[in-house]
Amino acid sequence: MEQTKHSQARGGITHSLVDAISAFIVFAVGVVMMIDNYRIGAGWADEGPESGYFPFRIGVILCIASIVVMLRSLFGKKRNLEVFVSWERFKPVLLVLIPTTLYVLAIQFLGIYVASALFVGAFMRVMDRSSWLKTLLVSVGVNALLFWMFEMQFMVPLPKGPLEALFGY
Amino acid sequence: MEELDALFQGFAVALTWYNIGMMVIGIVLGIVIGVLPGLGGPNGVAILLPLTFTMAPTSAIIMLSCIYWGSLFAGAITSVLFNIPGETHSVATTFDGYPLAQQGRAGEALTASFTGSFIGAFVAVLLITFLAPLVAKFALRFGPPEYFAVFLLTFCSFIGTGKDPFKTIISMMLGFGLAAVGMDTVSGELRMTFGWSELLRGIDFLIVVIGLFGVGEILLSMEEGLAFEGKSAKINPKVVLETWKKLPKYWLTLIRSAAIGCWMGITPGGATAASFMGYGIAKRFSPNGDKFGTGQLEGVIAPETAAHASGTAALLPMLALGIPGSATAAVLLGGLMVWGLQPGPLLFVEQKEFVWGLIASMYLSNIAGLIIVLSTVPLFAAILRIPFSIIAPIIIVVCAIGAYSVHSAMLDVWFMVLFGMVGYVMKKLDYPLAPLVLSLVLGDRAEAAFRQTMMGSKGELGVFWSNSLVGTITTLALLMLFWPALSFGWQSLRRQLAGSR
Repeated sequence: MEQTKHSQARGGITHSLVDAISAFIVFAVGVVMMIDNYRIGAGWADEGPESGYFPFRIGVILCIASIVVMLRSLFGKKRNLEVFVSWERFKPVLLVLIPTTLYVLAIQFLGIYVASALFVGAFMRVMDRSSWLKTLLVSVGVNALLFWMFEMQFMVPLPKGPLEALFGY
Repeated sequence: MEELDALFQGFAVALTWYNIGMMVIGIVLGIVIGVLPGLGGPNGVAILLPLTFTMAPTSAIIMLSCIYWGSLFAGAITSVLFNIPGETHSVATTFDGYPLAQQGRAGEALTASFTGSFIGAFVAVLLITFLAPLVAKFALRFGPPEYFAVFLLTFCSFIGTGKDPFKTIISMMLGFGLAAVGMDTVSGELRMTFGWSELLRGIDFLIVVIGLFGVGEILLSMEEGLAFEGKSAKINPKVVLETWKKLPKYWLTLIRSAAIGCWMGITPGGATAASFMGYGIAKRFSPNGDKFGTGQLEGVIAPETAAHASGTAALLPMLALGIPGSATAAVLLGGLMVWGLQPGPLLFVEQKEFVWGLIASMYLSNIAGLIIVLSTVPLFAAILRIPFSIIAPIIIVVCAIGAYSVHSAMLDVWFMVLFGMVGYVMKKLDYPLAPLVLSLVLGDRAEAAFRQTMMGSKGELGVFWSNSLVGTITTLALLMLFWPALSFGWQSLRRQLAGSR
C-alpha cells in the first residue's frame, strides 16, 4: 500500500482507469444480456412473464449501475489516481497466472495427475529453488495422495492421460 | 418442549461414530483451509462439496458445516501469530492479537479468542435451536409473493450495507445474470447460451466460488508477496486455565459481541462487519478502551466472539427460510439442493432428522473444535512456515480438481481460471463478492418466486402490498434499498441547514 501511494500515476495505468474499463465491460455484458433476452421475449405471454423478462431487466440495471460507476471513476472528485498495480508487483501475479493456464491446457493431454505433478514441481524448482529430491518427493507425493483419495476412496473420476492408462486406469 | 425433544433426537443422529469421525475430519480440514491463504470457508466447502455427492445428506452437511466452524476458528491463529488475517473476518483480531503475541502472550491471546469464538457460536446455536423452528413455522404460511419479498429484503439489505452501493448492485446483478445462463427452469427455454451446448447446464455456483475466492485470492496473495514470519505459539493447560480465570471479567463484552454477531448473521451483514462492530463497540464502552490496539485480551475476545456468532447465526435463515446469511452459508445451501433436499421452511417438517442432526452437531462440533484448536495450534502454525511457492501450486491443483469434479467438465476448469482473474480485479476495485455468490445461488429461486407471483396476480405489482405481511416486508426492503440515498440526503440537508445558519 505504502509504495503505491508514493509512485503516483507516472506511466502506469491508474486505479480509476481500470475501474472505468471494467465498468465498461460490465456495461457490455448488460447490453448483451438485454439483446439476447429481448430475442427470446422479455415481455408478457398469456400465462405470465416470458423467459427473458427477468434477465432483461437485470441487464438494464447492470447498464445503469455501470454507467454510474464509469462516470464516477472518470470524473468523480474522489477517484483513485494511484497506479493500479506496479510492474514489480504484477510480475509474480503473471508468474502464477501463465503457468496456471498452461497447466489447465496440459490437463487435457496428460491427465490431471501428471499435469499437477509437473505444475507443482516446476513451481518449486523455479520459485522456491528447492532441491531436485525435495521437488520430486512433494510433487509426486501430493499427487499420489490425491490419486488415492479421489480414484480409490471417493471414486470420483478425474481426467486421466497416457500414464494412468499404462497402469490400467 | 417440542424443540428439546427434537434436539435430543438430533443428538442421537449426530452421535454415531461415523458422524463424529466426519466432524473431526471436517474441523481439521477447516482449520487447514482457514490457515492457508487463498483458501477460506466458501471455496473450501465448494471444493469438497463434490466429494459428498454420494454421502448421506446428514453426514455430508455435518462434515461441511464443520469445515466452516474450523475455518472460523482458524482465522484467529494467523491473525495472532503472523499478523496476517487468514480470513477477512479476523482482520479486527490482529489489532490486539498480534501485539499480545509480540509481548510473548500468544498463548493467552489464542485461548481467549478460541474461547470467545466458542461462546459466540454457542449463543448462536441456542438461538438457532429455539428461534429457527418458530421462524420456519411462521414461514410455512408464505406464498410466492411473501417469498419474493423476503428475497428482495435480503438483497436490498446487502445494498444498504455495502461501501459503494453501485458496485454492490453490479456484483449482485452479475450473479443473477450468471444464474440465468442455461435452461430456464420454468419454461425450459435456453437463455444466453449463444448456441453453445456446453452452457446448457448453466454455470455452476461452485465453479464461480472456487474461481473468485480460490484462484483470485492466490493471485492477490502473490501480488502482496506474503512472507510469513510468525511468533511461536505455546499453549499449555496452565496458560489455558489462567486465561479462563480472567474471562468472566469480560462477560459484558462477550454478551455484547455475541448479540451483535447473532444480529449481523441473521441479517446478511456478515462476519466481517460483525467483527469490526464488535471491536468498535467494545472499544467505545470498555474502561480500557483507550488501550485497545496495544494488546488487550478484550480486544481479541470482542471481534472473535462476534465473528463466530455471526458465522453460526448465518445458518438460521438458511435452515428456516432457505436464505443464506453469508457466502459460506450460500454454498452450503447449494449443497442442500445437490443432495436433493428442497431448502425452505418445509425442511423442518419433512427432513426433521437432517435439520436436528445438523443443529445437534453444531453443539458437539463446537466443543470438539475448541478442544482440537487448543491442543493443536503449534501444528497448524507450522503449516504457515511452508513456503508459499509450494503451497500456492498445490492449492491451485486442489481448486482445479474441485472445479472439474462438479460436472466432470473441462470447460469448468477454464471458467475457474477466468473467474480467478475476474475475482482478482473485482477485489482490487472493491467490488464485494458475497452478493454475487448469494444472488447466483438464489437467482433461480428468486426469479421463480417472482414469476409465480406475477402469474397469480396477472402482472399487478400491487400484489406485493396485498396483505400486511408481504406489504411490511416489501416496504422494509425498499427502505433498505434507498437507505444510502436517504441518509445521504438527510446529511446534506443538515449540512445545508447548518450552513445557512
